Amino acid sequence: MAYNKPLPVPQGESDVYWQKAKQGELWLRNCKSCGNAYFYPRDISPCCFSRDTDWIQASGKATLFTYGIVQRAPHPGFVDDVPFVTAVVELEEGPKMATNIVIEDPTPENLQIGMALEVVFEDITDELALPKFKPV
Amino acid sequence: MTDLRKTVAIVGVDESDEIGKVPDKSNLTHHAEAAYNALEDAGMSMKDVNGLFTAGTSTLNLAEYLGIEPSFTDTTAVGGSSFIIHIAHAMAAINAGYCDVALVTHGEAGRSRRSRPGGDAADPGSQFETPYGFLGAPINYAMAARRYMHVYGEDKTRQAMAEIAVATRKWAQLNPKAYMKDDMSFDDYHNSRWISWPFHLFDCCLVTDAGGAYVITSAERARDAKKKPVWVLGAAESHDHNMISQMPDLTRTVAKNTGPLALERSGVTHDDIDLAMIYDSFTYTVLATLESLGFCEPGEGPDFVANQRTAPGGDFAMNTSGGGLSYTHSGMYGMFLVLEAVRQLRGECGDRQLDDPKLCLINGTGGSLSSTGTTVLAVD
Repeated sequence: MAYNKPLPVPQGESDVYWQKAKQGELWLRNCKSCGNAYFYPRDISPCCFSRDTDWIQASGKATLFTYGIVQRAPHPGFVDDVPFVTAVVELEEGPKMATNIVIEDPTPENLQIGMALEVVFEDITDELALPKFKPV
Repeated sequence: MTDLRKTVAIVGVDESDEIGKVPDKSNLTHHAEAAYNALEDAGMSMKDVNGLFTAGTSTLNLAEYLGIEPSFTDTTAVGGSSFIIHIAHAMAAINAGYCDVALVTHGEAGRSRRSRPGGDAADPGSQFETPYGFLGAPINYAMAARRYMHVYGEDKTRQAMAEIAVATRKWAQLNPKAYMKDDMSFDDYHNSRWISWPFHLFDCCLVTDAGGAYVITSAERARDAKKKPVWVLGAAESHDHNMISQMPDLTRTVAKNTGPLALERSGVTHDDIDLAMIYDSFTYTVLATLESLGFCEPGEGPDFVANQRTAPGGDFAMNTSGGGLSYTHSGMYGMFLVLEAVRQLRGECGDRQLDDPKLCLINGTGGSLSSTGTTVLAVD
């Protein structure tokens, strides 16, 4: 069945993020002024409001910061997915990002806050892949 | 800082003609009906209005529909808290002399709307949250509640959420305008279906069709109003994120700043407050907000609301309308906090009327626990 969930529309300052994701890599913007990586990508850093920024490749390692187990599909594209896990993960580099946890049996028992995760990429269109996380 | 206490007052409030399930009325119909009714409550007419405030639609859209040319216009839209924040903005505008009769309206056919939802693809949320199914408040707020459970304990958090749901329903049973008035036991709460774990259905607000409006004016004009003025003592506003994944601390809202600042500007303390109107989009919103406002310490919310303390007859009066959980919640609920606060302070609440309340604290939350506005209202 065709993919019918909402699709991200890359913007100028996030093109690199999405191109790298399609290649199976997670890249972050990094503020050279304070040395901290940040999420989501934007040209001027939110930590120092500095223009002195670049891109770094993330390790793909993260921990589970919080989650919910969605029982009622919020959109027709998710009907076949329920129950599914929405989550905020804390990347090894520090920033937090929204994602899904890829897990067979999504129960509170199987989802421990702080558990180790690693990034995986789900191809959703010919151009786009979505970074998700699975338990290590 | 300039002392603005009692320089403006709310002099008219009301809902739209019918609230709850109202097929065939648009958002703007609810706005206009509520505006009409609130102006009547104030003993004023649309001709008196020169300041216009709303959220959810532009004042451009609203003013044309209402047929007015405001000399002060404000579409501050930061979610359901906007209508609390509009009080502060009206206070500033009236004190600056930019307008003297401000009309603030809300209308939302949350249940029966004929429109299609859809966000701006260029917004960060459209790229970094919605593709993952971060769609709608129950999903976003549930993740914040899960974090609170991790920090302070799942069982006591669950009990607190149940206490809030059950107590709020008891207030709704005393409000003729409330949408949900069936008895709710603790078992009913725990047995209600899952929406997004850890949220049961009864952790979540209603989805109704409703409008509301209030009229706020200078002290001078307020003295000529039909009913006794409900004074604005002080207010504060802030926001610290938009997307839930970017919230600095999922257990604390910016009420941690707006609450103490609004109280300081009002010259009162927590102990002086007779009624707390707290935005209850979800049971968890109330728990996090009570702590953030400083009514209790972080993690003490479950003890604070224990044993039905916020129910009718309890010693902490809160959400006496039945709240967003059981009275009405059209989508941006903040307006309805103001209506109840004013009615309680005027003594118009019938079976649910508190014993001569003098001071009410209102706190609205908007977005994904993103924005808060706190205001203190008083009567002489």
